[in-house]
Amino acid sequence: MHLIRRLSGSLIPFVAAFAALLIGAVIIWVLGANPFVGYWELLKGAFGSGDALADTAVRAMPLLLVGTGICIAFRASVINIGGEGQIVCGALLSTVTALALPDLPSVILIPMVLFAGVIGGGFWGAIPGALKAYLGVNEILSTIMLNIVAIQVMNYLLRAPLIDPLEIQRGTRIPQTERLSENADLPILIAGTRLHLGVVVALLASVLAWVFLWRTTVGFKTRAVGHNSAAANYAGMPFKRMTMLALTYSGAMCGLAGAVLVFGSQSHRFITDGSSFGFTGSAGFNGIVAALFGGLHPLWTIPSSFLFGGLLVGANAMQRAIQIDSALVIGLNGLIVVFVVSSTRVRTRLRQALEMTRIRKAEDDSVQVERAPNHE
Amino acid sequence: MIPYKWREHLTMSEFFTLPVLVLTFASGVRFATPYLLASLGETVGQRSGVLNLGVDGVMLLSAFFAYWTVLETDSRLLGVVVGLGVGILMGVVYAIVTLIFKAEQGISGIGIFLFGLGMSELLFLKQVGTPRGIPSFDDLKVPLLGDIPHIGDMFFNHSIVVYLAVLLVPALTIMVNRTTLGLNIRAVGESPEAADSLGVSVNLTRTVAILIGNGLAGLAGAALTIELGTFQNNLTNGIGFIAVALVYFGAWRPLGVLAGSLLYGLITATVTQWKTLGIVTGAAASFTTMAPAVLTVIALAIIARRSADQPAALTVPFSRDG
Repeated sequence: MHLIRRLSGSLIPFVAAFAALLIGAVIIWVLGANPFVGYWELLKGAFGSGDALADTAVRAMPLLLVGTGICIAFRASVINIGGEGQIVCGALLSTVTALALPDLPSVILIPMVLFAGVIGGGFWGAIPGALKAYLGVNEILSTIMLNIVAIQVMNYLLRAPLIDPLEIQRGTRIPQTERLSENADLPILIAGTRLHLGVVVALLASVLAWVFLWRTTVGFKTRAVGHNSAAANYAGMPFKRMTMLALTYSGAMCGLAGAVLVFGSQSHRFITDGSSFGFTGSAGFNGIVAALFGGLHPLWTIPSSFLFGGLLVGANAMQRAIQIDSALVIGLNGLIVVFVVSSTRVRTRLRQALEMTRIRKAEDDSVQVERAPNHE
Repeated sequence: MIPYKWREHLTMSEFFTLPVLVLTFASGVRFATPYLLASLGETVGQRSGVLNLGVDGVMLLSAFFAYWTVLETDSRLLGVVVGLGVGILMGVVYAIVTLIFKAEQGISGIGIFLFGLGMSELLFLKQVGTPRGIPSFDDLKVPLLGDIPHIGDMFFNHSIVVYLAVLLVPALTIMVNRTTLGLNIRAVGESPEAADSLGVSVNLTRTVAILIGNGLAGLAGAALTIELGTFQNNLTNGIGFIAVALVYFGAWRPLGVLAGSLLYGLITATVTQWKTLGIVTGAAASFTTMAPAVLTVIALAIIARRSADQPAALTVPFSRDG
């Protein structure tokens, strides 16, 4: 699997994004709206003001965390499509933690709920990891199935044991928790905006992931296993353990995103709409887009997530301005994924061509050097 | 008032009466149809060595266009044709992406899914807005067989799409095992190099398999929306993904896929019936909804040891220069 080399970054993602936006413009135009106005409103809505930037950063946070996990999983040649379920599990465990220990001071409670998120998501990632490593179960299928399971566990817990007692009293029975302990609220960083601590947590996590992948032995082994599993195996690297580790780590990042989504939310409750999309905003999938766009590099995933977060925030402004539903952006994200993974072969060809010209040039130079004395 | 614990007992015995069981079974067969169509298509694609994870997206897009067509023209046949057409069109796109650009199949499929998910929602909200009902398929009673008590209602009193899907099982079994096209599909799925050296065009064969697969996914989407008589955002709710898992479950054989789809359909119908009868209520219904997914994971873990059935070149792109 030369997944990494084929996906690693260059200009291609931008070409892919541009092509997707172009197709999006055509779709907007066909639907009878003005794409220029739409995109301009999108841009303003995403990056046009301090508030917009703060919203974009908040929206980018889960994408960055999921994307960071995806970087590690994909580099170990593990395809984790279970982001949605792992986010939900992290959110559930952190919610239970906050409900159980509401009176702890913030300094202790906030790290605790975040850690609970890591554990919850990590556990949900470890299951497909173990299934793949020890039983050979295709992780694409198992993660998809575990998404369904996690969503139903969430629906059950939020409708029965964890439901806000007030919802039962009133008889409205909206599936949501009570307002969670104020001690667990993620502090707002800039007063007046929605920018909260979760954004910093996500940035730290992606830097840590970079350190892990490129500065530690385990990280090196993870990349080696993904790069060439046969060679890594021959060199005595534990293929099975690395596979499981990669999925666990990937799940842990998603779980952390889940915890931050709950405690950084406006309502400070965990709410379900019956599917996972309402709670996660499809971050489990959009994070894959951000990671691919960032060339599967944790640090490049930072600006990439910011960009896609902006796209999601701006889409709402676009919807208000030209009545084109924000779902367009989900569709365009899909196109970007298709284009980025389709361009890897083109990129390899391009690199080969460049390499060849460089070799030829070097050969020409050396020939000239050899001949130089003879001419005199 | 009947005490709670007795009431539960009472309704459970209500479920185990002949008319209710027959009704549940019959609706299970109907529920199974979109799974069956989609996973039969995926089976053909995977036998040629191509994994298509975008089934759900293809189904959503086809379902929307089929729904819209029926809404505008009142012709269910036209709706089915449009659904099939959209599926094949998406197949052309997927063939270009996988065969020419050799994209990583596990990931490009997610792109196709997101595209279908977003676009179907956008188009639905823009072109239709609030869901309006469309006529669903008429039931066709098979002469003679349909008159057998109970059995007739269970198997021989369904819409034409159900019969079509079931008839596709033997048809595709024969196609895969007994025809030149089927032989070629299996050859390029097992060993594209060998097939290529014998003069079989790997890319052409895979293109045909992809088009069949996506066409059937499109048909599944159309069947779903017309059977339900309505459309909503994310209508499939993951049916396409489960269809992919059913291919593994069915060990890449149409008959195995039929068994898996029926199991899924029957579980769905049972759960729905239990909810109607009030046997499971409220929050506990979540457990019955997740049961099939848990079963699938367990089944995957058990059959993973039999991976000899898996086409050897699944997800491996082919190019002559290596």
